[in-house]
Amino acid sequence: MPARGYLDMELLRFITSGSVDDGKSTLIGRLLYDSKSIFDDQYEAIRLSSERRGDEQVNLALLTDGLRAEREQGITIDVAYRYFATPRRKFIIADTPGHIQYTRNMVTGASTANLSIILIDARNGVAEQTCRHAFIASLLQIPHVVVCVNKMDLVDYSESVFDEIRACFEDFAAKLDVSDFHYIPISALNGDNVVDRSRRMDWYQGPTLMYLLNNIHISSDQNRIDARFPVQYVIRPQSRQYPDYRGYAGRVAGGVFRPGDHIVVLPSGMTSRIKSIDTFEGPLEEAFPPMSVTLTLEDDIDIGRGDMIVRENNRPEMSQEITMMVCWMNDRPLETGRKYWLKHTTRDARCVVREVHYKVDVNTLHRNETDKTLGRNDIGKITLHASTPLAFDKYSRNRETGSLILIDDATNETVAAGMIA
Amino acid sequence: MKSYRLKHLQELESEAVFVIREVAAQFERPVMLFSGGKDSIVMSHLARKAFHPAPIPFPLMHIDTGHNFPETLSYRDRWVASLGARLIVRTVQDSINQGRVAEERGPNASRNALQTVTLLDALSEFQFDAAMGGARRDEEKARAKERFFSHRDEFGQWDPKNQRPEIWRLFNGRKRPGEHMRVFPISNWTEMDVWQYVLRENIEMPTLYFTHRRLCVERQGVLLAHSEHLAPRPGEEPREIEVRFRTIGDMTCTGATVSHASALEEIIQEVAASRVTERGGRADDKRSEAAMEDRKREGYF
Repeated sequence: MPARGYLDMELLRFITSGSVDDGKSTLIGRLLYDSKSIFDDQYEAIRLSSERRGDEQVNLALLTDGLRAEREQGITIDVAYRYFATPRRKFIIADTPGHIQYTRNMVTGASTANLSIILIDARNGVAEQTCRHAFIASLLQIPHVVVCVNKMDLVDYSESVFDEIRACFEDFAAKLDVSDFHYIPISALNGDNVVDRSRRMDWYQGPTLMYLLNNIHISSDQNRIDARFPVQYVIRPQSRQYPDYRGYAGRVAGGVFRPGDHIVVLPSGMTSRIKSIDTFEGPLEEAFPPMSVTLTLEDDIDIGRGDMIVRENNRPEMSQEITMMVCWMNDRPLETGRKYWLKHTTRDARCVVREVHYKVDVNTLHRNETDKTLGRNDIGKITLHASTPLAFDKYSRNRETGSLILIDDATNETVAAGMIA
Repeated sequence: MKSYRLKHLQELESEAVFVIREVAAQFERPVMLFSGGKDSIVMSHLARKAFHPAPIPFPLMHIDTGHNFPETLSYRDRWVASLGARLIVRTVQDSINQGRVAEERGPNASRNALQTVTLLDALSEFQFDAAMGGARRDEEKARAKERFFSHRDEFGQWDPKNQRPEIWRLFNGRKRPGEHMRVFPISNWTEMDVWQYVLRENIEMPTLYFTHRRLCVERQGVLLAHSEHLAPRPGEEPREIEVRFRTIGDMTCTGATVSHASALEEIIQEVAASRVTERGGRADDKRSEAAMEDRKREGYF
């Protein structure tokens, strides 16, 4: 490929859900290996480790074990990020462990993903954890879900096993808020339908996993309708060349902005028009997500970090009372009535949790309205009161303006992820 | 219909610019670490773009081991001047003179690990509360688990088991007095992305990255530049060969690769065809399986 060809690739972020037993590490190893993203020295290092451990064959799972404690204890601690590329796309994999801290890690990995791969062991079918994975993908509004029924080699590549699992999953998925599901029978160990089409499953006419990753349509994943621009930083050079320049730097969080647009600044309600969209290379005709740009306005009005610039005729909700789904991430459970820091777009505020409405059983989706304790890895619906009005959209409409985190003011730890309902 | 979709380099650029602006907004005294290598060159280029037309609102800091390639230092001064940024230099030699660290001895002696003390001393001297670095997650397995915003305790140490969850792009920079953050704006870039971006942006790079004739010593399969800082061992004969460097660090531990790549396009072809990681040539990573993890825990870059 000519060097310039690499300048024309798209970026796809995905998350792999499943435990080691489902063959997740093998699948990742396979994707990296077959796309030639594993280097000789990396391969040599895991070959030597496998030998030392007494493994029978080179253990591809070791490629994804990063830290000393993990290698010693044979566990995975945290979200790790992997990278590979094809001529068409660059991929970022958020690799999350299946056993400990599952919910917290998967929420973290899922928050920026366009696509989720859910692995099912063909011998076991849809398990409790499969439902959990699918629910979190739906909660975090990952636009595309690919269900890979793995270890088809251990069920004689049987079409009826695949069909049964698919039907069972579809039954559960009907309750979820995801519109784009795909189903692929694979064997990560032997490579069937991962990169190369399987010769042992003629009954399957769909794409291989790699074909899907390369071709799935992702350009409509972001909100292009509601123009949203959280102000991140005010640029004021105060130099001889730019004595009066005042630009509002930030990343477009929704919609399309153009010079001349009538805008309103929230929460102040002041109005103006966009004068220019500036970048280092010069002004732009339009800006859309997730571009980082600098806006200048026709009028000199007071704007700072945390304000949101939106189009005058399309405004987000404004309120101090906000209801949301939260995933709790800290050992110390949520306390109603206690103050937390809140981070929403570029705005910081204080808040108090007024009420926990219910806790969700992530395996059955049952709403528990009696036990409302939200501890580590629990998911529930809450209402909080913020110290200042926030300009927000529903998470299902905009993942940027509909999300927030809570921070413990004593430990400074991030304790919760919130998706506004 | 018009496609509202960024290409991968645009998306990575936008993400890095967002992170750099977040640091400028969230911290009182940020600093950007600059080594003279391609990653810190790209990162500082992104910083210039992030605040244009204003100057970069924080200084750049170079921790100089005293064993840098002379080309690195001359490039550094020209590059920083072209950015219009302020440069702070702190040297490992000063730390040695002050008795803060002792020089390693023996034929494999390197100042690479000593930098950590100089770095932590400099952070406290200027009371920097956030230090941006050009580390990338694809470089090394301990780095694959690093956050964009990585919290360090009052001793500058990293606790990998107890990292804050990082959700969406809501970066939590809160910390106690005396603690600081390490921030890695180009976490999601690969070696290939960096070179593609250098090509796209037409950034002038240090000559060390391009092929040149150099006297080298081969040690444990690594080609090291022959210099006054490298004590030769018996049987090591310096040879002149055509090489380039894939990473630029301390002269005593940065390996060269045999290469004829004289233009950016050729480097990209070479990276695409390469079967060895860029840190495959770094003697400092080969000291043990967890070498990078251990140095990071202590407060390394």
